[in-house]
Amino acid sequence: MKTELILPKSPEVENELTTIEKTVFSDYKYGFVTEIEADEAPKGLNEDVIRFISARKKEPQWMLDWRLKAYRQWLTMKSPDWANIHYPAINYQDIIYYSAPKQKINPKNLDEIDPELIRTFERLGISLEEQKRLTGVAVDAVIDSVSIGTSFKGQLAELGIIFCSMSEAIQEHPELIREHLGSVVPISDNYFSALNAAVFSDGSFCYIPKGVRCPMELSTYFRINAINTGQFERTLIVAEAGSYVSYLEGCTAPMRDENQLHAAVVELVALENAEIKYSTVQNWYPGDKQGRGGVYNFVTKRGICKGNHSKISWTQVETGSAITWKYPSVILKGDYSTGEFYSVAVTNNYQQADTGTKMMHLGKNTRSRIVSKGISAGFSNNSYRGLVHVSKNASHARNFSQCDSLLLGDKCGAHTFPYIEVRNNTAVVEHEATTSKIGEDQIFYCNQRGIDTETAVALIINGFAKEVMNQLPMEFAVEAQKLLAISLEGSVG
Amino acid sequence: MNTIAYFKERFDQFQPGEDQGGLDKLRGQAFQTFSQMGIPGSKHEEWKYTRIAGLFNKEFQLPADPLTGIVSPDDLNRLRLPGHEATNELVFVNGFYSFSLSKIRSTNLQVLALEEAADGEFRGIVNQWLGDSSHYQKDGLNALNTAFVHGAVFIHAGKAEHIEHPLYIYHITDARSVNILSQPRSLMYLSEQAHAQVVENYATLGSNESFTNQIMEIIVEQEARLEYYKVQNDGSNTNQVSTTHIRQIGKSFIQAVTISLDGGLIRNNLNVILDAKNCEAHLYGLYFQTGHSHIDNHTIVDNVKPNCLSNELYKGILNHQSTGVFNGKIFVRQPAQKTNAYQSNKNILLSDTCSVNTKPQLEIFADDVKCTHGCTVGRLNEEGLFYLQSRGISEKTARNLLLSAYASDILDQIKLLSLRGWVEKLINERLEKELS
Repeated sequence: MKTELILPKSPEVENELTTIEKTVFSDYKYGFVTEIEADEAPKGLNEDVIRFISARKKEPQWMLDWRLKAYRQWLTMKSPDWANIHYPAINYQDIIYYSAPKQKINPKNLDEIDPELIRTFERLGISLEEQKRLTGVAVDAVIDSVSIGTSFKGQLAELGIIFCSMSEAIQEHPELIREHLGSVVPISDNYFSALNAAVFSDGSFCYIPKGVRCPMELSTYFRINAINTGQFERTLIVAEAGSYVSYLEGCTAPMRDENQLHAAVVELVALENAEIKYSTVQNWYPGDKQGRGGVYNFVTKRGICKGNHSKISWTQVETGSAITWKYPSVILKGDYSTGEFYSVAVTNNYQQADTGTKMMHLGKNTRSRIVSKGISAGFSNNSYRGLVHVSKNASHARNFSQCDSLLLGDKCGAHTFPYIEVRNNTAVVEHEATTSKIGEDQIFYCNQRGIDTETAVALIINGFAKEVMNQLPMEFAVEAQKLLAISLEGSVG
Repeated sequence: MNTIAYFKERFDQFQPGEDQGGLDKLRGQAFQTFSQMGIPGSKHEEWKYTRIAGLFNKEFQLPADPLTGIVSPDDLNRLRLPGHEATNELVFVNGFYSFSLSKIRSTNLQVLALEEAADGEFRGIVNQWLGDSSHYQKDGLNALNTAFVHGAVFIHAGKAEHIEHPLYIYHITDARSVNILSQPRSLMYLSEQAHAQVVENYATLGSNESFTNQIMEIIVEQEARLEYYKVQNDGSNTNQVSTTHIRQIGKSFIQAVTISLDGGLIRNNLNVILDAKNCEAHLYGLYFQTGHSHIDNHTIVDNVKPNCLSNELYKGILNHQSTGVFNGKIFVRQPAQKTNAYQSNKNILLSDTCSVNTKPQLEIFADDVKCTHGCTVGRLNEEGLFYLQSRGISEKTARNLLLSAYASDILDQIKLLSLRGWVEKLINERLEKELS
């Protein structure tokens, strides 16, 4: 097997190439297609398609108007070109914007769900049954565009927590949706958010009433399935005063030759004393070793700390996608509110990631913390792009940012673009960044103690990312560490 | 008339005389570039925080020719820096090098008109390196300077020549009657083992507005050593875009210190290209802004070849409504293994109306490197103030002490003692005034 990675030519290293190759070039484990009959919209995008989606989902008129407004807005906008990513222009007319697995009736419990779908989840290791019994996680599984199963709903309902699909929420809780949808990410925010607003097919809605602490981690498993289907998920989480919720989002996608577009929007609203913790593990198909195929992931994620003393925390582990364009942000509007961003982004082969965060300090005594760890290997490019903005009235704002990059191999790139804008002299803002490779002395130290090079590399990488991994809920931590191992283990000479 | 049309008219009238050394071709190309790009607006990523397009709504006169005699030796006397008796003085007036006002004291230093150099023994050097900065400053302003290259100067230090007297370059703009756009240009070549010290200083006469769009390109050869200082202490009616481009083509040492104390709008571009193995570069900057002034420091450290070391430290103090911008880029190209690159930017905000935008940027394509950057924005350390006050030192003196100490990290890097003394005096006066 020929290797594209250029590694130092020392004899010890060459002996290790076989193991390195095995791990670095290990095939994408989750590449399979579930054969389910799909109910699809015609290819392409126009007002009729939007009407089709809206009608198919039996949406009220205001929702359709909102979508059309977004579509018209989108037509006037241009695809952003400032990010450090390169890809051929996307033909938006070549995408199917709606695809729903054919279901006769809405399932009342898991037994009614297409057994083929259940098997898909089992192969991904998140069997609904298993999760329900063993981990106590409520899973709102989204395959392509329609939510196919929601568990623990009853238990949550007792506490007054609403956790359902977006389409259901539009039907049943229109007042909440009308109040909050688009309040954090307005339709005109950016090109991809406008597109999402126009064509979003489904997503999750979560509402935590006043003073309620959600007893379990809420989780959605997104999965892109049918060929040529873009996924346009829309997630909205509203935490009322004094509530707490931890939300997990995880993704895998089947192997595919053509690029798939994913433009999701996530909005979080935290009111006084509320806390939202949002964790993501993203492992979409990254393309093959030559950089063909893979998911284009253009995501707008933003939370607002509306009330005083509220807190929003983003944790992400990004290992997949050919292109990642994603900046989970926090608007710190309430006084004493806190924003956090923990990220591990791993790129290998020809993957490109441009990811980071925005912390907008508007309220007084607001605090934010950014920890970003980038790991690049192969021919990939990994960029951190972050903005810390302290506005004039945000007195005593505090920010600490740290972005570390680890380079594995000399054909990859690591980039840091931190923007720091301070308009208030009582603010204290610190930023630091380092770039390095795995030290030979570190490997040597491990070897001396009988740890082989491959394990040593895994150990060091996990140590490098530990600060972020520690932030992940238990359910994700194991999967995330496995992903890191699959993506990178041993790719250092 | 729009800006491009104005300059087009000026360019058509522009007759620097017969074509010498192929400069006409370069001008033509540059003007082409300028017409395409125009004056950079705020959509230009490199000009996001520094808005200059609006300035061109004002009528600036671009002097076509050196107007001899407008700046008298008396005028110059008032602008001279302390210790000038033992320096080589190079004087630009409205962007044109003035042979009559300049005084070259070191016999081993060659200073000639760029046209002359391009036509003579230095033809090769000029052809190869003039305009090198345009590879890094991809905007209309850089092209605008090149398009109107005239009255520029070529400075040459021969092999193993140690230039005994430092070069003091005065950029004088005479805005006593009209608004002036001046575009000084210089190219310096340090041959093998040559040593030189360069100081650039800017002054505007009169109360009309001036816009200085200056470029200096310096090529540093094997084992040469360059100390470069830029001191900006001009009036609030001035605007400056000052580009210093240093390319190290042999293993060499350079140090650049930029001190920006005053001026209406200042944009400094400092590029250091480490284009040979084992180069060393140190970049220091201090900015202390008051009033409504705006300071923008853009630096690029481009590591092209392996085993280089670069170290960068920029410190700023901002007061009143002033705004500060720092953008430091470090590029490490794929062959540049074993690079060590450090960068740090620190800012102190004294008032609640000033602001700072900082962007320390790393772009790294080699794996065996050590690169760090950091930046901080904050106020004076309250604990430090308390410590001093608890020992009977007044708050004002305590602040003064802390700020002087903060600035001294940079000032200590100035190796020309007369220059350091002068800058220290300016800063102390400033502190005295600001803290009272």
